[in-house]
Amino acid sequence: MRRAEAGAVTVTTDLGRFGPYGGRYVPETLMAALDELARVYEAATADPAFAAELEALLKDYVGRPTPLSDVPRLSAQVGAGVRVVLKREDLNHTGAHKINNTLGQALLARRMGKRRIIAETGAGQHGVATATVCARFGLDCVVYMGEEDMRRQRLNVYRMELMGARVVPVSSGTRTLKDATNEALRDWVTNVTTTHYIIGSVVGPDPFPRIVRDFQAVIGREAREQVLQRFGRLPRTVVACVGGGSNALGIFTAFLGDREVELVGVEAAGEGLEGRHAASLARGRPGVFHGSLSYLLQDEDGQVQPAHSVSAGLDYPGVGPEHAYLKDAGRVLYEAVTDRQALDAFAGLSRLEGILPALESAHAVAWVLAHPGRWSAGDVVLINLSGRGDKDVALVADLTGVRT
Amino acid sequence: MRAERRAALMPYVTAGYPSPAACRDALRLAERAGADFLEVGVPFSDPLADGPTIQRSTQAALDQGMTVAGVLDLVREARLDVPVVIMTYLNPVLAFGVERFVAAAQAAGASGLLLTDLPAGADPALERRAAAGGLALIRLIAPTTPDSRLAEAVRGATGFIYLISRLGVTGVREQVPPDLERQVARVKAATPLPVAIGFGIGSAAQAAAAARVADGVIVGSALVEALGNGGLASAERLLAELVTAVRSAAEQRS
Repeated sequence: MRRAEAGAVTVTTDLGRFGPYGGRYVPETLMAALDELARVYEAATADPAFAAELEALLKDYVGRPTPLSDVPRLSAQVGAGVRVVLKREDLNHTGAHKINNTLGQALLARRMGKRRIIAETGAGQHGVATATVCARFGLDCVVYMGEEDMRRQRLNVYRMELMGARVVPVSSGTRTLKDATNEALRDWVTNVTTTHYIIGSVVGPDPFPRIVRDFQAVIGREAREQVLQRFGRLPRTVVACVGGGSNALGIFTAFLGDREVELVGVEAAGEGLEGRHAASLARGRPGVFHGSLSYLLQDEDGQVQPAHSVSAGLDYPGVGPEHAYLKDAGRVLYEAVTDRQALDAFAGLSRLEGILPALESAHAVAWVLAHPGRWSAGDVVLINLSGRGDKDVALVADLTGVRT
Repeated sequence: MRAERRAALMPYVTAGYPSPAACRDALRLAERAGADFLEVGVPFSDPLADGPTIQRSTQAALDQGMTVAGVLDLVREARLDVPVVIMTYLNPVLAFGVERFVAAAQAAGASGLLLTDLPAGADPALERRAAAGGLALIRLIAPTTPDSRLAEAVRGATGFIYLISRLGVTGVREQVPPDLERQVARVKAATPLPVAIGFGIGSAAQAAAAARVADGVIVGSALVEALGNGGLASAERLLAELVTAVRSAAEQRS
């Protein structure tokens, strides 16, 4: 398993494993709901009407396909003749890739007859995307959000409320994404017969990691086609940020079989890998957290360690189990960049190209900027720009001493 | 617990709460008061099946430096005669090493292990490793467990079956669910093992209601709350009420 084979990189068995990772480590109360979800998902994928409805919504409601943007001034900083291109998930309705997944899962909830939706959110993007589809389909929506994140992302809280969602502050633990996820799971254990939990990333118990991956895989399918059309060849490197890892798997999946394409996942190194950070793959070790086995930031005693990143969406001590598998298989290179590098990339992309990236996505941009000379003239470097930075403007102004 | 034809009382405490010494004293107190089994919770940073009371207690225990090894020391030092079941989440056990944990828990005097996030069949290899050392691996059954899964889940189970009485996290509720008797009967139809009821049982009246239909009654959050608010004296009062309730319920059993 050291070298991943084309077409056989992702192995999903009945137990929902990616190699040893994944699984369903949940309270017994949830097992029946996970079985039901897996069954309904299987039926939906076999139903052409499901795919047709999702495709129409992605086109007419979300605005897909998203464009592929050349960024010539940024490219010039990376190397002469290097062509950096951005997959513009920031131009989706609601401003990030998250809606690809929430739309798909809302359709699944409808198939299951569940009219109440819960979600966790870190930066608020998944919460907004969930509130949005709930408004669109007339579903009740409750979003759990850490108090610390509510402070960092006030605008998104208000956006969710405008769309009729109830945002519940979570004050336990670190008051961030990990605790919001705990609270959402507690709600689900309590209301599982009436409620669907739209998990926001490729994490959690099976079948969530593969469902979320499949709904996000539209990113890579489009991008692969767009790059081939524009350049007549595949990209040399595909880069995406990794928190839970849904935008990364979204863009990587279409390229897994293209062995000449280098795939790079960029984690949040926070204050540095020797300090506080959120780099589960770089510095964690396998453990069971939020329902699956994957790399995890934990202490010697198996207690989950608080993560840190300037970007709320990457501020998570776990990571999707398929990433753990792809790391061990050597198919994806996982790297990390610091808060400082991400903030510089945020400023850089804004100034050079007129595109404000989400702080999460700025990590992917930062990694490319940190490697000038890595590519040759004519190489195409594809970055997944997973979200827009409007939500981060106040925070960045604050951190850089600008008064708003 | 069957010979006397009365239900067993199984109080739960979070190891290290309100302090390591007070917790050890509470275990001894519970045994003296008439507990038939004791459940000892190993604190975990992210207890997603637990309500606010047990969340607070596990966080407080961790804040005071409680570790997995510390929990086992505490059990050993308590020198209990009644059987002890260790209850926790999977990750602290994985980090300690499954075989090493099972051996150390037995050496400390524990006889059972209950892993909240290891449902039956989710990881057969791991279950075999956890059960190989001689600790009873206690299985949980929920109201949402379908009959088909129930049959599979109780196969190979040892000790007793832990029946979660209602949907939701741990914590005291107003009433016991009205269909408790039917739920117990459903599990009993699938296994000869004793059935203990937990989740949401806190008062003497609730314990009595559960004791009338089941083989065991587990009281967690109410006891943890009593220990946290009123210390050992409060815990002693609650335990005395619970013991009386469970024993008097025996007279009403058919």
